Amino acid sequence: MDHPVAEFAPSLPPRATAPLRRARSAGRGARREGLRRVVLGAYLIALLLPIYWLINMSLKSNVEITSGLTLWPHHPVLDHYRYIFTDPAWYGGFLHSITYVVLNTVISVTIALPAAYAFNRYRFLGDKHLFFWLLSNLMAPPAVYAMPFFNLYSAVGLFDTVWAVALAHCLFNVPLAVWILEGFIAGVPREIDETAAIDGYSFPRFFIRIFLPLIANGIGVTAFFCFMFSWVEQLLATTLTTVNAKPIVSVMTRTYSSAGMDWGLLAAAGVLTMIPGAVVIWFVRNHIARGFALGRV
Amino acid sequence: MARITLDGIAHAYRAVPRGDADYALKPLHHVWEHGLAYALLGPSGCGKTTLLNIISGLLIPTEGRLLFDERDVTLLPTEQRNIAQVFQFPVIYDTMTVAENLAFPLKNRRMERRAIAARVAEIGEMLGLTAEMGRRARGLTADARQKVSLGRGLVRPDVSAVLFDEPLTVIDPALKWELRSKLKIVHRTLDLLMIYVTHDQVEALTFADRVVVMNDGRVLQIGTPTELFERPDHTFVGYFIGSPGMNLLPAQVMGRHARVDGHVLDLGATYPASPPGGRVQLGVRPEYATLAAGDGIPVQVRRVEDLGRRRLARVALGPHELVATLPPGLSIAGSEAVLQVEPPNLHVYVDDRRVEGIAA
Amino acid sequence: MNDKAWNNRAWFFVLPVLAFVLFSSLIPMMTVVNYSVQDTMGQNHFFWNGAGWFQNLLDPTTDIGGRFARAIVRNFVFSAAILAIEIPLGILVALSLPRRGWAVGPTLVIIALPMLIPWNVVGTIWQIFARQDIGLLGAVVNKIGIHYNDTEDPVSAWATIVVMDVWHWTSMVALLCYAGLKAIPDAYYQAARIDAARRWSVFLNIELPKLRKVLIIAVLLRFMESFMIYTEPMVVTGGGPGEATSFMSLDLVKIALGQVDLGNAAAYSLIYNLITLTVCWIFFTTMTQLEARKGA
Repeated sequence: MDHPVAEFAPSLPPRATAPLRRARSAGRGARREGLRRVVLGAYLIALLLPIYWLINMSLKSNVEITSGLTLWPHHPVLDHYRYIFTDPAWYGGFLHSITYVVLNTVISVTIALPAAYAFNRYRFLGDKHLFFWLLSNLMAPPAVYAMPFFNLYSAVGLFDTVWAVALAHCLFNVPLAVWILEGFIAGVPREIDETAAIDGYSFPRFFIRIFLPLIANGIGVTAFFCFMFSWVEQLLATTLTTVNAKPIVSVMTRTYSSAGMDWGLLAAAGVLTMIPGAVVIWFVRNHIARGFALGRV
Repeated sequence: MARITLDGIAHAYRAVPRGDADYALKPLHHVWEHGLAYALLGPSGCGKTTLLNIISGLLIPTEGRLLFDERDVTLLPTEQRNIAQVFQFPVIYDTMTVAENLAFPLKNRRMERRAIAARVAEIGEMLGLTAEMGRRARGLTADARQKVSLGRGLVRPDVSAVLFDEPLTVIDPALKWELRSKLKIVHRTLDLLMIYVTHDQVEALTFADRVVVMNDGRVLQIGTPTELFERPDHTFVGYFIGSPGMNLLPAQVMGRHARVDGHVLDLGATYPASPPGGRVQLGVRPEYATLAAGDGIPVQVRRVEDLGRRRLARVALGPHELVATLPPGLSIAGSEAVLQVEPPNLHVYVDDRRVEGIAA
Repeated sequence: MNDKAWNNRAWFFVLPVLAFVLFSSLIPMMTVVNYSVQDTMGQNHFFWNGAGWFQNLLDPTTDIGGRFARAIVRNFVFSAAILAIEIPLGILVALSLPRRGWAVGPTLVIIALPMLIPWNVVGTIWQIFARQDIGLLGAVVNKIGIHYNDTEDPVSAWATIVVMDVWHWTSMVALLCYAGLKAIPDAYYQAARIDAARRWSVFLNIELPKLRKVLIIAVLLRFMESFMIYTEPMVVTGGGPGEATSFMSLDLVKIALGQVDLGNAAAYSLIYNLITLTVCWIFFTTMTQLEARKGA
């Protein structure tokens, strides 16, 4: 057994095999850890409780719902879900929603990329003003645009199509995408651009083969936020559609106006709308912190 | 406190270490004497920061005991040890002024206000910070910030050891010298035990009374800079210290002589027979391997580097490459030359450890 | 940042974005401005009304003016209330989130979940949850003796909407602060231990200063978004009982799409937009100042 050179006065008694000792925090640290867990646990429960209640409601028959308050479904049924999957208006609603969200995400990210690059790498006439104007669209109240958009999209004949909603959501998603991407692009040193130019890359080739892979997770984060804000928006989505492109958020309002509220059906639809969101977060969970770290959301 | 003792200290980051490789720090026995300045030198990942954090209490070792004088402090929390630590980058509280920064540790320990002010002024003057006492910490330069960091460590009157974890990393090279001399002044004035972690041998050799060389979680040698240079106990020490490091040549050792690639060298001492299967190497520093005119070992010259102050020659002894010194005034014609080595500077290493010879 | 190349060719890069912004924002706004200064007798026949609509709107004694003034107050009160709760709570949650280990992923997913639910579903969740007959919250609160009915009682309605917004968006503040906290190097905490600093002191002197930028962003973003809130209160209370929870956007949509009162709606929109633009400008200048100072 190799032992280092010892400057060690052998006055201390020889040691038997030392018991393995885990690094322990002092008593104060352990109490702090407990408090942290309590706070976190309480918060998570508070978040999940209303969601649980919705799921609870979605699995109860309407009879059970109206006959009294029960903490879990005593006679669980899948009727509401079955209805949604079989009724064309309902599953059509989901399809329309997914369609315009995906369209919007693709459009927003695609046109935001070159703009974000320009904002970060170049100075040009009016760049600060344009950026501010872009940002101000992020803060535009959808309520203000409801009526004008209604007129606009009717005028161009896109009313009641998924394209109308996809394009309308660009109002706030394009600025957001530019903003987030600009932050990620700022993290790529300009030397890389210069080196590529010296190495003889044409700009398009450089952009696609070299630059994009470098900001790949930035594009992912941007796509996530575009997805999120488009998926959750309701006012513009309902204003710009009536029959043919009705998104799920509109279909759900159908159950408001009917005489007896179909709570079970409503709850089931609500539960289903949470699934795409949960799936998307799961995929980007490791990058969420990075996206928020830019402080741009 | 007079000394710090490490008794069998070892640290593994895994819950159940299964072998040597799981230990970040292999079992270690060492006594740090009060009042000395030690440098903890080694490449990245060799365990120096782990060792430092064990001494300061930021890490509790999985094995072994830590003693301050005779007191077992292995589990004692950091704030109760009279230790200060300075980190790689300046750690100061931006929202406070310099004076408030320096006073912070004393306020937390509930020292009396006038005593705090006196102590802060004293340390501030020692470090040359008096002019900036009232300034907000945020706007200071990197070296001023590092001085404040250091000051915060020194301000506690009960501190008897200061630990440094590569503190000059972010300092401008031009200012490193100034900070280093400040450290020496502090050392002499306050008579503290100082442990200075670095991977820069120049820093270690100029700063320390004793240098502790570590690699791969092990302490390889402890000694004065001269000892480390002249008689490295381990091939790694020979290689790591000196620029360029020690030459190592595989050889066969027989009594007073060694045979390298067919050439015989006089060792100046008698060496025991090496155990079979052991790897035997001869070590000689480039400073002591000189090209000469006259007798010696014939070598092939591959390249000569003129460094101004001295000239180095990269030569080959058969298939083995080494670096030698080309004395001023000697010029090489062609690629043949003669190498001379003085026996006292020739060391024998078996399985990387130096073997002592019996002088004739 | 000042060593960027001056290159007007960059306009080609921003052209698509510019086109979109023109299409999505400038042209619609022009129609709004158009309506705001005209009046109609019907049959698409418009005549100039000048500042008439605006004068009406900004005069609290008129019908619409009063409504507008009350709505603005409601918005500011609401934003103040949710900020007062969400910011401290968000910081607290951020401090409690695990930074290492297996629990990080699932915890972040659960935290982020409320933000990914369509806003009308958020409204639906709380609409159900708050009812006395079928909702857990409504039933429990009434059972412990507090009179709670969000469809009839303005206080209950407000409480529900505030709690709903806190539930919905505190996670955003928490995630922003979490990202900020993760960026603090370990050495700061280690130095604090050596300095014998108490936990509260660590928070005040290390964590809070480093969170400054993040908190400013959080406050501005939450203020803006809460100022524009529409869907959730619409679903839960419909703006009621009476007018109690009619925030500006609900009011505006009622006027614009419900009553199709173009002139008033247009004027309303412009003033509304002006307020948000002002706050956005504050946001923009604060951010650029922060970036500039950080680079120094």
